[in-house]
Amino acid sequence: MLRYMLIRIFNSLLVLLAIITITFFLMHAIPGGPFTSEKNIPAAVLKNIEERYRLHDPLWKQYIDYLGNLIRFDLGPSFKYAGRTVNDLIRESFPVSLQLGMVSIALSILLGIPAGAIAALRQNKWQDYATMFFATLGVSVPSFVLATLLIYIFAIKLSLLPAAMWGGITYMILPALTLAGQPTAFIARLTRSSMLEVLAQDYIKTARAKGLSSALILYRHALKNALIPVITYIGPTAAGILTGSFIIENIFAIPGLGRHFVTSIYNRDYTVILGVTIFYSVLIIGLNLIVDLIYPLLNPRIKLNGKQGE
Amino acid sequence: MHLTSRSFEPILQKDAAANHIRPSMTYRQDAWRRLKKNKLAMIGLYVILLILLIALAGPWLSSLSYSDQDLMATNQSPSAEHWFGTDNLGRDLFIRVLYGARISLSIGIVASILNLTIGVIYGGIAGFFGGRIDKIMMNIVDILYGIPVLLYVILLMVVLEPGLVNIFIALGIAYWLRMARIVRGQILSLKEQDYVLAARTLGASNWRILFHHLIPNSMGPIIITMTLAIPEAIFTEAFLSFIGLGVAAPMASWGVLASEGITSLRSYPFQLFFPAMAISITMLAFNFLGDGLRDALDPRVRR
Amino acid sequence: MNSNPLLTVEELTVSFDSYAGEVKAVDSISFQVYPGEAIGIVGESGCGKSVTAHSIMQLIPTPPGRYAKGKILFGKDDLLQKSEAEMAKIRGNDISIIFQDAMTSLNPVLTIGMQIGESLQLHQHMNKQDAYARAVEMLRLVGIPSPEERIKEYPHQFSGGMRQRVMIAMALSCNPKLLIADEPTTALDVTIQAQILDLMKELQGKLNTAIILISHDLGAIASLCSRVIVMYAGKIAEAGTAIDIFHQPQHPYTWGLLQSLPRIDMMQKQKLSIIPGQPPDLLSPPTGCPFHPRCPHAMSICQEHYPETTVLTKEHMVHCWLQHPDAPKPKREETD
Repeated sequence: MLRYMLIRIFNSLLVLLAIITITFFLMHAIPGGPFTSEKNIPAAVLKNIEERYRLHDPLWKQYIDYLGNLIRFDLGPSFKYAGRTVNDLIRESFPVSLQLGMVSIALSILLGIPAGAIAALRQNKWQDYATMFFATLGVSVPSFVLATLLIYIFAIKLSLLPAAMWGGITYMILPALTLAGQPTAFIARLTRSSMLEVLAQDYIKTARAKGLSSALILYRHALKNALIPVITYIGPTAAGILTGSFIIENIFAIPGLGRHFVTSIYNRDYTVILGVTIFYSVLIIGLNLIVDLIYPLLNPRIKLNGKQGE
Repeated sequence: MHLTSRSFEPILQKDAAANHIRPSMTYRQDAWRRLKKNKLAMIGLYVILLILLIALAGPWLSSLSYSDQDLMATNQSPSAEHWFGTDNLGRDLFIRVLYGARISLSIGIVASILNLTIGVIYGGIAGFFGGRIDKIMMNIVDILYGIPVLLYVILLMVVLEPGLVNIFIALGIAYWLRMARIVRGQILSLKEQDYVLAARTLGASNWRILFHHLIPNSMGPIIITMTLAIPEAIFTEAFLSFIGLGVAAPMASWGVLASEGITSLRSYPFQLFFPAMAISITMLAFNFLGDGLRDALDPRVRR
Repeated sequence: MNSNPLLTVEELTVSFDSYAGEVKAVDSISFQVYPGEAIGIVGESGCGKSVTAHSIMQLIPTPPGRYAKGKILFGKDDLLQKSEAEMAKIRGNDISIIFQDAMTSLNPVLTIGMQIGESLQLHQHMNKQDAYARAVEMLRLVGIPSPEERIKEYPHQFSGGMRQRVMIAMALSCNPKLLIADEPTTALDVTIQAQILDLMKELQGKLNTAIILISHDLGAIASLCSRVIVMYAGKIAEAGTAIDIFHQPQHPYTWGLLQSLPRIDMMQKQKLSIIPGQPPDLLSPPTGCPFHPRCPHAMSICQEHYPETTVLTKEHMVHCWLQHPDAPKPKREETD
């Protein structure tokens, strides 16, 4: 068990290093280079950057320095805005994105799993068809379409909810729903197929043959097995919600990190792109790691790996 | 019951034995039969064929081109002259959506063919040779799998600068991992089968076994993965367009059209409506077909 | 055999609706099981023996399955008339079943103790500790070493034979009156098969549980059962005591089954005989006797009419036109 965990943690660090390296060299591969741009950069900023990144050093040295700064969680200054660092930007805007993201993940799990389970239990009945129709619709409609649709109905036509900006809970409803749309649909589909597979297993027949009620079979024998693949999907869900936030925060004018990221892409603010990409990667890899470490607790076949029966 | 003296005469077994065997179906016939029974999947298939036809033939239906501007007729609502209305430069939206179909579909198809090629070769080699080669190759895949792909597509696009060819490249090198995993898993289980052993005994070379026996027999999961990869690529392109990293103007994919439409949502909602419909219908069609294929090709549910 | 039957199956017909039409997997079969006895149901794959077993427990998914006709009397109650909730009280308590594949019949994410204990808690209203203690006792009874330790383990930590023992322990934990064993040894190694059969025989004696053993293996049936039902294409071909079936078989299908058994006294170069052909597709079963396309003694009438029941002794009955007084009397090629 400990060995498994250590290997996983080591692998994650390896992935992280790979990401940082790829990112760093990709940015340096940009024609003209990110830091020696002929674009109009305020002289002060340029000077600042040149000092900061020691651009006259050889590339490998810059890379080592960058790694050194990263270890101290220092992502460097913004390329466009004098006096602001990438750290400032993340500190200001990430909490907003985190709130929105957490609500969306919670929504997609709380809606997706029951919907998928009900569809599986009522396979080929109207509940199944209805759930699957909406789930397929959910994965087929791009989030920006869903967002504009919701804004059009609830904000413009019905004037029930605010169309944009960030404030109280009412501001959160539409963006959170939009952001949860696709993951909910995915989780519902995944839960359904996983549940159907589990329900067809012999041990479910055994449970029935023992005289357990349907509710008990579902709760004790089916759900735990069926949720194992769903749990592993939480990592990708978070990643999806995160990238979804790039668009949603823009549409709803929410001052989150996703919006800043997109702005930095428009502005070709390379240091911010670089820093935020690494920040996001750490986030997602960390989450995947946590999921992987929880996974064996649910699945005894993995926990005792290497110590098979007689 | 009427018994005669002939009733107890022995019969020749040949007459009797031949009948009463269910007409046998090949795997493909059986899969096709089940696909045909799935109405949603067939609707999906027909819609996709229709969209392909429109994308290929559509632009010849009108004398206007996707870039023809008419500054006297900007932001017009749908009418007999401009079926989908016009945009803020007076370009006909119907024509632009038709051209958009070409671009979005070619992105989807080219990207998934790239995934297929890389994934099948990589996964095929890993699964076929197994052992240490497989271990190393799959470790690399596992490590890459941990990377949030979309972020790297974005990064690549920032580096490569927007453009159709660059989108192909970015999507192609980003999304082959899943295909590689699926192919490898299939090959790994198939190569233990007796017919592969038989082929080997007959002296077939490794490459022949891989490309004549193993990969053709993995076609089911490969086709499913491809069917679902096409809409994903279209989706990703729409996403990239939205953050300004899509194809360059005046060319327009559905994603570009939709993100242009969003800016004028309040005044001209139709400018978003039509490209959004085009994307959603295409996605829906591919997803229905993909689901149907999965049900039809999965031998475990064969009855 | 003078007591009342424990289980009476009367004219049971079970159909499945497939894409191509109705399939009668079990076609009006009748038999009885008396308390404490072991009967065997034998036949090739797809002859309806498992469907019969599952029907008694009502584990057939409906649809596509359908209990088209007949009764299954347990004591005096018709199980087919029971509601799902009433059936649940009987399953695992009065009637238990063990399945072919012990590998997949145990829930991989729950401990063995939990899985044995839950039916005790449910049916015998035991608390957790008592159920646990009883589970340990059951594991010891089925011959699992150091049961106190193993009860906390998960199924993947057990070998195939051990898992089947666990299944048996689970099935017998509530002292059922009837145990249905559906091909319990098919998935196991030959040596393990014998152990499991011995165990079942031993427990049958100890606990006085009636057993229905479903198998395609006449050897397994011979070692355990006092009465045997031979099924073919959803119908009973022949039924009788083990002695009747093994020493006085009357149906050509039974002959074929017996001849395909390897025997110790066989000449060295003698080949095992096989029954040519395949079991019929029940979607369009042959007219008349379903076995006639494969029967070496088939007659014209076999193509036209299903044979009447011929009762030979109180226990022994057969469905075959060869029993008709006008029919020729072919010799079985082998003697035993």
